Amino acid sequence: MNKYLTAYYLDEEDLLKGLKKIKSKGVEVADVLTPFPVHGLDKVLGLRRSRLSIIAFAGGAIGATLGFLFQAWVFTRAYPINFGGKPYFAVPSFMPVTFELAVLFAAFSMVFAFLISNNLGPGSKNIIHDEQITDDRFLLVVKMDEEDDEKVKAVEIILSDAGAQGITLKA
Amino acid sequence: MENLTFKLTKKTVTVFVVMIAIGLIALLYGVLGSPGAERVAANLLLNNYYFLSLGLIGLFFVTVHAISESAWHTSVGRIGEAMSAFIPAGGALLLIFFVLGGLHLVFEWTHEDHLDAILLKKTPYLNEPFFYIRSVFFIGVWAAMAHYIRKVSLQVDLNGDMKYFNRLRTLSAVFIVFYALSSVVTSWDWLMSIDAHWFSTLYGWYVFSSMLASGVAMIIIILYILKRMGYMDHVNVEHIHDLGKYLFGFSIFWAYLWYSQYMLIWYANIPEETVYFYERHKNFEGIFYVNLILCFVIPFFALMTRNSKRTFSVLIPVSVIVIIGHWVDLYLLIMPGAVGGEKSGIGLLEIGLTIGFMGLFLLVTFWALTKAPLASKKHPLYKESLDYHTNY
Repeated sequence: MNKYLTAYYLDEEDLLKGLKKIKSKGVEVADVLTPFPVHGLDKVLGLRRSRLSIIAFAGGAIGATLGFLFQAWVFTRAYPINFGGKPYFAVPSFMPVTFELAVLFAAFSMVFAFLISNNLGPGSKNIIHDEQITDDRFLLVVKMDEEDDEKVKAVEIILSDAGAQGITLKA
Repeated sequence: MENLTFKLTKKTVTVFVVMIAIGLIALLYGVLGSPGAERVAANLLLNNYYFLSLGLIGLFFVTVHAISESAWHTSVGRIGEAMSAFIPAGGALLLIFFVLGGLHLVFEWTHEDHLDAILLKKTPYLNEPFFYIRSVFFIGVWAAMAHYIRKVSLQVDLNGDMKYFNRLRTLSAVFIVFYALSSVVTSWDWLMSIDAHWFSTLYGWYVFSSMLASGVAMIIIILYILKRMGYMDHVNVEHIHDLGKYLFGFSIFWAYLWYSQYMLIWYANIPEETVYFYERHKNFEGIFYVNLILCFVIPFFALMTRNSKRTFSVLIPVSVIVIIGHWVDLYLLIMPGAVGGEKSGIGLLEIGLTIGFMGLFLLVTFWALTKAPLASKKHPLYKESLDYHTNY
C-alpha cells in the first residue's frame, strides 16, 4: 500500500522556493496540486511535454483514411450513383467528409486518451489529498513506497525545512 | 553588447545587384529572344505583383499587431516595416509596366476589337481610364500610408511616448480597412481581369491568403539572414515559434480558400465557371498539383510538430518551398489567360526575372533596415516581448 506525504503552502512563491529546495535534497515529488496555474512550475518539476498531440495525429490520420476509403467504396462499389455526369471516384466531393471524420476521430481519441491516462471518467477512484486545493492551498505530494518510518521522518524534516505550512501523512 | 544598427556590407549589396543584373539579362533575352512579348509581359506582371504584395503584407503585419497590441511582434516588427519600403518602388514599377504597353499585352479587355457581348457589359468598370485611376489611387494611398506609418512607428521608438503609440494604432486600423478593400479590388483588376469573362467572388481573399502565407515566409527568411549576419539577438526561439505558427496556419487557410473556390465551381459545373479550371487541368496539369503540394501538403506535414516550428533547419526550407509555391500559384492565375498553354512554360526567362525582382526587393528591404535600429527599445511593449513565452 502506498503512503502519501503531503505538504501545503499558502503562497505560490513559497511553493516554488520550497520545491527547488526539496528537489535539491533528492526527494522525488510525485505531484503538485494548485488552485491556479503557476508560472515556471513545469520547469521546476521537470515535467515532460504532453504526448496527447501524437494521439490526436494518429486518430486524425485514421479518421481521414477511413472516411476516404468508406466513401470510395460506397460511391464506386456498393451503391454507385451518377451525379450530373461526374466521375464515380470524385475526390473533391470526398474531402468534406474526410475532413470531418479526421476532426471527429482526433477529438475522440484525445478525450479518451486523456481520461485513460489520467485515470478519470466514470467509475474511477482517486485520492483527494486535500480538500482545499481548489481554494487557497498549494499542495505538494511525495509518494512513500516503503513502510520505513525513518525515511518518512527524514522527508518530513526536509519538507518542514523548506517552509511547508502543514504536513500530513495519508495511507 | 547587442548590435542594433544594421550595416549593409559591400558583399551583400553585390549579391543583390548581381541578382538584379540576372533579371535584366533575362528581360533582355525575353525581349530580343524567342519567348515572345506576351510571355515577358505576363512574367513581369507576375513578379511585380508578387513582390509588391510581399511589401504590403509586411505593412499588414505591422498594422495588425499594432491594433491587437501583440507584444511578441515588437521584436520582429522592423522586418515588416522594412518590407513595406518596397511598396513605392513596386507600385511605380507596376504603373510603368502598364503604361509601357504591358496593359495591352496581358489584358484582353483593352483591345476594343476583342470585345464581345459579355465584355461590353463590363466596360463601365473595365475601361482604361478607370483602370488607371484605380491603380494610381490604390498604389498612391498605399505608398503614402506606408511612409506615414513608418514615420509614426519610428517616433514610438525614439520617444516612447504613448501619444505616438496610440496614433500608430489609429493609423493601423485605417490601413487595415483600406487594405481589406483595396487588396480585393486590385486582385480583380490586375489578376482576375486577365480572364475577363470569368469571375469568382472568393478570388480576392484567395489571392490575399496566398500572399499572406508567402509574406510570413519572407519575414522568416529575412530574419534568418539577419541572424546569420549576427544581428537580431533579441529575437529568441519563442518569436520564431510564433512566426512558424503563422506559416503553418496561413498555409492551411490558403488551402481552405483554394478548396472552397475549386469545390463550388467543380460541384456546380456551370460552363462559364468551369472553363477556368478546364484550361488549367488541360494544359497545366502538372503545375496544378505541384502548386497544392508546395503550398499545402509540405508546410502542413513539415510544420505540424512543435519542434519543427522552433528550429530554423526545418522552418527555412519550408519557407523557401512556400515562397516558390505561391509563385507557382500566381503563375497558374496569370499564365493560362495571358499566354496560353502552348506558349507558356517555366524556363530561363521566368527564373531569371524572379531572381531579378527578388534582388531588387531584398536590396530595398535591407536598405530600409539600415535606416532604423533593429529593435524598438523604447516601445511600450518591448520588455514584454523579450519575456514572451509560448507553450504550444
